[in-house]
Amino acid sequence: MKILPTLLSLCLPALLWAQPDLEKQWQTQLILAEDGDVIEWPAGKVFFSNTLSLDGKKNITIKGAGEGKTILTFKNQTQGAEGLKITNAQNIVLQDFTIEDSKGDLIKTQQVEGLTFRRITARWTGKPSKNNGSYALYPVQCRRVRIEACTAIGASDAGIYVGQSDSVWVSQCTARHNVAGIEIENTTNAWVFNNTSTQNTGGILIFDLPDLPKKRGGHVRVWNNTVLKNNYRNFAPKGNIVGKVPPGTGVMVLATEDVEIFQNQILDNKTASTAIISYFITENPIKDTAYIPYPSAISIHDNVYSTGKRMPTWKSKLGFLFWLKFGRNVPHILYDGIQNPDYLAADGSVLPERRICVGPNTNGSFANLKADRKFKGISRDLAPYACPALGSSSKK
Amino acid sequence: MYRLVYLVFLLTLLSAASELEAPKTKLSDYGFFTGPMAQLQPAERVFPYEVNAPLFSDYAEKKRFLSLPAGASMGYRDSAAFDLPAGAVIIKNFIYTIDARHPEKGRRIVETRLLLRDAKGWKALEYIWNDEQTDATLDVAGASFPLNWVDEQGKKQQIQYVAPNLNQCKGCHSYDGQFVPIGVSARQLNRVEDGENQLVRWQRLGYLELPAAFDPALAPRLTDYRSELATAGAERSARAYLDANCGHCHNPHGPASTSGMFLDIYEQRPERLGVNKTPVAAGRGSGNRKFGLVPGKPEESILVYRMEHDDPGIRMPELGRQLEHREGVDLIKAWIRNMKTD
Repeated sequence: MKILPTLLSLCLPALLWAQPDLEKQWQTQLILAEDGDVIEWPAGKVFFSNTLSLDGKKNITIKGAGEGKTILTFKNQTQGAEGLKITNAQNIVLQDFTIEDSKGDLIKTQQVEGLTFRRITARWTGKPSKNNGSYALYPVQCRRVRIEACTAIGASDAGIYVGQSDSVWVSQCTARHNVAGIEIENTTNAWVFNNTSTQNTGGILIFDLPDLPKKRGGHVRVWNNTVLKNNYRNFAPKGNIVGKVPPGTGVMVLATEDVEIFQNQILDNKTASTAIISYFITENPIKDTAYIPYPSAISIHDNVYSTGKRMPTWKSKLGFLFWLKFGRNVPHILYDGIQNPDYLAADGSVLPERRICVGPNTNGSFANLKADRKFKGISRDLAPYACPALGSSSKK
Repeated sequence: MYRLVYLVFLLTLLSAASELEAPKTKLSDYGFFTGPMAQLQPAERVFPYEVNAPLFSDYAEKKRFLSLPAGASMGYRDSAAFDLPAGAVIIKNFIYTIDARHPEKGRRIVETRLLLRDAKGWKALEYIWNDEQTDATLDVAGASFPLNWVDEQGKKQQIQYVAPNLNQCKGCHSYDGQFVPIGVSARQLNRVEDGENQLVRWQRLGYLELPAAFDPALAPRLTDYRSELATAGAERSARAYLDANCGHCHNPHGPASTSGMFLDIYEQRPERLGVNKTPVAAGRGSGNRKFGLVPGKPEESILVYRMEHDDPGIRMPELGRQLEHREGVDLIKAWIRNMKTD
């Protein structure tokens, strides 16, 4: 059935058609796609008024003529909550195009097994705004996801957001001017490596949230990333969890277990270069009894942090608190110190498999914030967080 | 001319691509209706049905029919959609009265949606009516055209009518990724029409197999939120409204399972209904509000915000609605306002 694209291109002289016809033609092509098809999107800019969608297909490759060459724009969108939406599919490859300015998310993929995003620019043009959509690249409830060499710009939530998924690579991507650059949420077995996350509110977030069908994320490796100057104002609409991320956040681990953050360049993030926190810090109520609000088995090692002053933001309660406690010299690695009682051995020590391990890092200063004691008696002592044999990472 | 070639071409592909019998180009080709098409007079083994709690679709009036093949009947199910035999078709017509104050000016049938059952499962097809109202033509990629009418207050309403494309049909009609019907369920169909309970009538006519000792009074039934608010109360009316308008996606097996907010009639956990629940991926759909549903405070509930809004990145439901359903919003607000705040 390889003849399908050829037939379509013969029968549908695209250039003669007005934009609404072009939109319809692209949509029809996706509806009629057959197993094994390679759909080629030509160079040019196409305006969409509605979500473009693909559902229930197998082994489909969608290929543009290149980033900045094939451009799908949703500036005039009146229907649908996404730009491109892929659902209930297997082995889908999306590559080499630019997609921009949707009213909701740019590319949402749900229930897809085997998915590649490659060389895609997904962006909101203009100044970052709370009126931009939530997520640029948004796989949710997917398995075997590769996001590589993509660029995400301007999301009012997260540029690259992987939610409730399993077996995920995010590599060689750039995230800029989003609230969260890269966010891994309630996702298991994620590798985030060789990316650049810069000028976002927060660079890389590893979150586990309550009330979701996929209960537990974890087993996340974050390495070789450049997490630089994520000091942008937080422009997320309130109510969203990322709205609570202070400007100046480098890497943040929220209530996730088994996360290793190593060999990253985490530079010039002014408020919290690396934060390890429990869900209690959000001050949101927790009704989900299956939810574990504590981070555990976290390891932060061999990262490079910047020297020099770090004047935290005043535009967040936490930032202001840090300023009160540390002035213009906030420690790089901040742990809220709220301990899960279930993770303690009889002698009161943390179970070895649940420990928070910090170091060695370059310039990695540390504080246990003692948030459970109203931030009183903050400890800078790293000794309790030194774990043996951290040099051998669990990278496979 | 291109369009005709294109259509014929599409039809060929569509039929080749599926195991289904080739979709018919014209709605009239199915023979669902006898006499002038616009009168929607059902043919033999095509029968009308009415639901308790309709889905709001921009104030469209809907005329619904079921078509069953000869000798076949539907199997009853308590909570899921009925088990329909291969060859069954669910027919839903979308209609606008041209001027609600002057019914004599007539009506316009805009669109007919078919759900067809074959041996493998369900499939959706879309037919768009012509201006002459003599027939409707297949459209797979979703048509869009301006539509005007005058409402009961004499106010002129105008929308860009958008028929969903086939993928968008599945955006709602989905259970664990499989295409399923929604409205053909006991709780929607268990109602009296023309002096007799629909389910009982269909059993009598051989269209439906009911379990032994079936009693409509004991079977699931959604409150008709349009007519029973005063007798049934806001709670039951609102839950019926949410089940019909949101629950097909917002349930543990639907496309909105990602949100953790479940609005189907079976959900009993307050936090799943959104009570003091923070949004997951609402983005600007949160409207700067903190929780899905704040008891006593509709104006602080994201649920209400999204029902009131018409921006495609904010509004709920995502599809099939451009106008605010004022009566629906009022109902949900009343329900939330009267919720115990403890």
